[in-house]
Amino acid sequence: MAMNQQPLSPDTPAADTAAGAALADSATLARRKFRHFKDKLAGVSIAVGGLGVIAAVLLIFLYLIYEVMPLFRSALIQDISEFRLEAPHSENVLHLAVEERLEVAMRLGDDGEALFFDTANGQLRSRIPVHVPEGQSIVSFALDTDISGIFALGLSDGHVLIAEYDYDVRFGPNNERLVTPVIRYPFGENTFPLYNNEPVSKISVRSSSSELLLAGTSRSGQVSLLRARRETSLLSAFNASSDSEWETELVTLTGVIPSVDQLYLDVDRRWLFAIGASGRLSLVDVRPAFSGGTAVIEDEVMLADSDRHITEVNFLLGGISLLVGDSAGTVSQWFLVRREGGGFGVEKVREFDAGGRVVALTPEQRRKNFITANDQGYVGIYNTTAHRKVAYTRLLNGTPKTLAISARGDGLLLEHGDGHFSFWSVSNRHPEVSWEALWQKVWYENYQQPEYIWQSSAANNDFEPKYSLAPLAFGTLKAAFYAMLLAAPLAVCGAIFTGYFMAPKMRQNVKPLIELMEALPTVVLGFLAGLWLAPFLENNLLGIFSLLVLTPVSILLAAFVWTWLPEHIRYRVPEGWEAALLVPVIIVVAWLSFLLAGPIELLFFDGDMRSWITNDLGIAYDQRNALVVGFAMGFAVIPTIFSIAEDAVFTVPKQLTYGSLALGATPWQTLSRVVLPTASPGIFSALMIGMGRAVGETMIVLMATGNTPIMDINIFEGMRTLAANIAVEVPESEVNSTHYRILFLAALVLFMFTFVVNTLAEIIRQRLRRKYSTI
Amino acid sequence: MINSMKKFFASGTPWIWVNAGAVAISVIMTVGLLLLLAVNGLNHFWPKDIMLAHYTQPSNADDAVAREIIGERVDREHVPADRIIASGIPVSPDTPMYERELIKIGNRELNSSDFTWLLTDYLNDVRYPDNLTTFERREWGNFYGYVLEVREAGTAVASSDPANPADTGAWEALKARLERALAIHDEIDVLEKDEIGDVNYALERLRLRRRGLELRGNDTPEQIAQIEAEQARWESSYEELQTRLSALYEDVERDTVVMKAMNDEETEINVSEIVRAYQPNRMHIGGKLVVYGQKLWEFLSDEPREANTEGGIFPAIFGTVTMVLLMSVFVTPFGVVAAVYLREYARQGFITRVIRIAVNNLAGVPSIVYGVFGLGFFIYFLGSEIDQAFYPEALPAPTFGTPGMLWASLTLALLTVPVVIVSTEEGLARIPRSLREGSLALGATKFETLWRVVLPMASPAMMTGLILAVARAAGEVAPLMLVGVVKLAPTLPINGNYPYFHLDQKFMHLGFHIYDVGFQSPNVEAARPLVFATAFLLVVVIALLNQLAVTIRNRLREKYKALDM
Repeated sequence: MAMNQQPLSPDTPAADTAAGAALADSATLARRKFRHFKDKLAGVSIAVGGLGVIAAVLLIFLYLIYEVMPLFRSALIQDISEFRLEAPHSENVLHLAVEERLEVAMRLGDDGEALFFDTANGQLRSRIPVHVPEGQSIVSFALDTDISGIFALGLSDGHVLIAEYDYDVRFGPNNERLVTPVIRYPFGENTFPLYNNEPVSKISVRSSSSELLLAGTSRSGQVSLLRARRETSLLSAFNASSDSEWETELVTLTGVIPSVDQLYLDVDRRWLFAIGASGRLSLVDVRPAFSGGTAVIEDEVMLADSDRHITEVNFLLGGISLLVGDSAGTVSQWFLVRREGGGFGVEKVREFDAGGRVVALTPEQRRKNFITANDQGYVGIYNTTAHRKVAYTRLLNGTPKTLAISARGDGLLLEHGDGHFSFWSVSNRHPEVSWEALWQKVWYENYQQPEYIWQSSAANNDFEPKYSLAPLAFGTLKAAFYAMLLAAPLAVCGAIFTGYFMAPKMRQNVKPLIELMEALPTVVLGFLAGLWLAPFLENNLLGIFSLLVLTPVSILLAAFVWTWLPEHIRYRVPEGWEAALLVPVIIVVAWLSFLLAGPIELLFFDGDMRSWITNDLGIAYDQRNALVVGFAMGFAVIPTIFSIAEDAVFTVPKQLTYGSLALGATPWQTLSRVVLPTASPGIFSALMIGMGRAVGETMIVLMATGNTPIMDINIFEGMRTLAANIAVEVPESEVNSTHYRILFLAALVLFMFTFVVNTLAEIIRQRLRRKYSTI
Repeated sequence: MINSMKKFFASGTPWIWVNAGAVAISVIMTVGLLLLLAVNGLNHFWPKDIMLAHYTQPSNADDAVAREIIGERVDREHVPADRIIASGIPVSPDTPMYERELIKIGNRELNSSDFTWLLTDYLNDVRYPDNLTTFERREWGNFYGYVLEVREAGTAVASSDPANPADTGAWEALKARLERALAIHDEIDVLEKDEIGDVNYALERLRLRRRGLELRGNDTPEQIAQIEAEQARWESSYEELQTRLSALYEDVERDTVVMKAMNDEETEINVSEIVRAYQPNRMHIGGKLVVYGQKLWEFLSDEPREANTEGGIFPAIFGTVTMVLLMSVFVTPFGVVAAVYLREYARQGFITRVIRIAVNNLAGVPSIVYGVFGLGFFIYFLGSEIDQAFYPEALPAPTFGTPGMLWASLTLALLTVPVVIVSTEEGLARIPRSLREGSLALGATKFETLWRVVLPMASPAMMTGLILAVARAAGEVAPLMLVGVVKLAPTLPINGNYPYFHLDQKFMHLGFHIYDVGFQSPNVEAARPLVFATAFLLVVVIALLNQLAVTIRNRLREKYKALDM
């Protein structure tokens, strides 16, 4: 800015130069302004860039959290519609169901009419009567599963009618979806006789494509079983679904079960769960009854205390677990467990709190969830495996009659008297995760006791995913432990020697070599461990063990011999070169231990220590085991620990050591009393950083272990670590599925663990550095 | 003695020696590992002699017959007699240990496996006839045997007597014909890979263009007609190439060679199947060195054969280098800017200290975590957004919403940025304050001081950081498995097709190659030498890069020592 310029007068000669100067000045000023601007711009952009990079780094953390968060979110229930079913319908409802795309609902009344109506407004789409024979009425009802849609109606004349509700889905000319509800009769329209002119008061049904099993009880309490099988004659193969082709077998369980209130058949059509009025469950094996024998009670348990009674019972998805809701608001999960002495028993696995008398209890069709409604109108959604209450809200101000959940678990239909319905959308994406499911022992279906298991996927649909991170975390720590077992002593001792005793000239060569070791790609180490070291160890186990023992001994021996050597030899090697002297010693010892291992093995272990371990000691031996990982990963973390610890030892202020030596302490005394105490925080932080590296290492464990997620500390067995698990499973997991997010959670756990460990180590190191600088 | 022992322990000397021992062990392990890699890796290319022997395996039956064995001796080991007996071979239990040898007998179409273990004691009559020949083939691995006859279109043109090593008639004829076949094969390669590949690429681009026009509603009849005309043109040139190709194939399959394998089995092999043929027993050291050089060069410059277990690793080298270079382009400016900000611009205090610790520690975060982040954020989030915005015509096939070169290098850039930051900061901290003050006193602005004085002086530090970052990135595999590498990429990431540099393509990588061939290939035993060679190459490259970084760092330190005076 030309503020202080004199007014220019063009007529004086002096003014000319002044004008020239001013001109030059303004050019300079412009330039200066530009320079100033450039400086400001650079400052701003560097700040933006710098902060941007740091923000990017922060982004990793935030993004991982963002991906993990939905796992712990509760389910969200939002209302879609509320309506009254105007069409005439019977008072009592046998079953309510919602179609997969949430468009249509089905209500089966006790008059045998299936009403299909819109979930948006309750408009009737179709009314299809089930073909109940003339003059008969429906006394009891049982559903096989909502997935099959097959249900059984117990009739007043002792017969049973089997039908199936379904939807025919076609696509119209404009690609719109046309849903036509249908009622089918997969086992024929003829009824199956269970009793003679005595109403079937309770019924249960299980079916497969070729077999049907019915269990019913009459009013007098007689339990009967009926099995229908598709006839396998040549003729019937050609005309499917004609009525006559079913071969039926009827057996009566007389005197086996005293009083029966409710009956349930398991999915394998082997077990009958009969529940008495008092809440006593009898488990009956029905197979012998069909092969000429008599059915026997395998086990008996009380499902509920005497002060409460059972209100609702249903099977969980898969037909293995029985869910029992009672009048006090408890839902308990029971399933069959193989007893140790043979035979089966029914065990209570876990309990859920439904808040009040359970009036409706429905399983979800694709996940191990169930939904309850209690008498105060509260609806709860639960996951059994995770033992988690995913949602619990009051949807009604009264007692609902019944509820239905859609196939995908995203729509909930409640019926509450007088034809009133309310329809809710449910957003419940990750019910399978809870603290308990991830980190504690979980009692999975078909297991004898609670266990830690990681098994993320299987071929069948009703599979119970097992997301326990415990075996993975255990495997991670196990691998790190064995690695540290090798690396910590070698690296720390090596660092002490290099940092304090070693001759500077030798140090100049040794340090870069060990730094080079750090740069070795872990994939190379993993490859050597898996393809070279693992078979080598298997064949030379004894050699390795004798090497581990003999090396320290031989080093001590060498040292002892060395001190006894004549002086003129000893003085030829200057101090600080002991390591170089030991190189040939160690090589010879290694060679000897492998050479002698053969004969010794032959003498004591029948020539093969590996089979001796398996056969005589009974210890499992995998070729790719923790020992191999210990060696390979130990090798990978030695340089990390070494270079930091060496730094800590080397930078101990020299005046301290000189002072100590001057006062007459031996080098060893100086080291152990002066140097090590001063450098110990640094060494500690080195160990922590090494540990952090061992925990996060992926390729070595991936290649050098069998990657089986077992929890066993045995050095001869493998493991699966968090990192390797991520590498193996992430590419195959479906994006945004629970499995995918759990893998992100594993990554977050790894991230947090290493970050915390490294930060602590770093803080310790910085403290140490400041301490040194003050000395 | 006891006394002196006591004194010896009291002096602390043994502990010093134990510490020394730890260093010695570490050094032995490192050197040993490098030697192991070097020996196994480099050994692979040496043309080994072919042994001819008779093997009479002991058996319980009396009719133990001698078998002829032709093959390379690969390995030997000692096995206890019990184990051999347990495997069904009745050896005498009086000898506790037996030596057995691993022989590579090749001829996969005749024998069930490439390798066989034989007991050395029962191997008689070992000879190395000059006229035993090794074929390296495009399929089925190596072939060992005698050249009996060379045929052209079914008629014999030259033949040799296998019993007479000096009779080289058929061998010489074969050599000439092999050269011809290889030349034709090169032509076929060019035609298949380059020209037909170009046509396919162009057709695919036309398809995408048409789909893009349809999506945008611009599919006017003229446009469509134009595209169809182009399509027709490409298709006709495809037809023409196809005719040329089938002519070449007919030509290359003209010659066959009749071989006698072990146990007098005769088989006819098409000359076009053979990659290389030599008679190692006849060759002198010079000749072997030539073959060694050829094989080494093939390894470095050629494409893999037989599910990556044979041939070269050029695409993997190329992919690794491209990815690392692209990563450098990302990591250098950002790392340097962040370091400059932290050291020169930010107010030094608690916050910068926290940031510094955080950045430092990011170097210790497991690489797989970066991989997961890259997969989730870059590929599934950013990538699919990009696809929807810019490549709707290719959908549902993802363009950037799938692992690829760009995402891999970005992920690795994130992984290595702490290395660059730390190293650059160190370099900046070492520049004496007086230099900065001198520059400022002469009237330079802060930025000018930075640009003209500080950064040039810190450039070796940046270089060091970059080299260390490159070394780390080159050896990293775990995150790449999630964000971009593949077993076998059909084309290189940089090629002659527009837009020349294919950021969205997946690529091959040396480290992943090691993992894949060593652990996922069906014939691990045969692939092992190649993996060793690849591992050795990778280690050499990384060691050299590290050495370079160390040298630069040392030089830098020397330089500032002088300035401090």
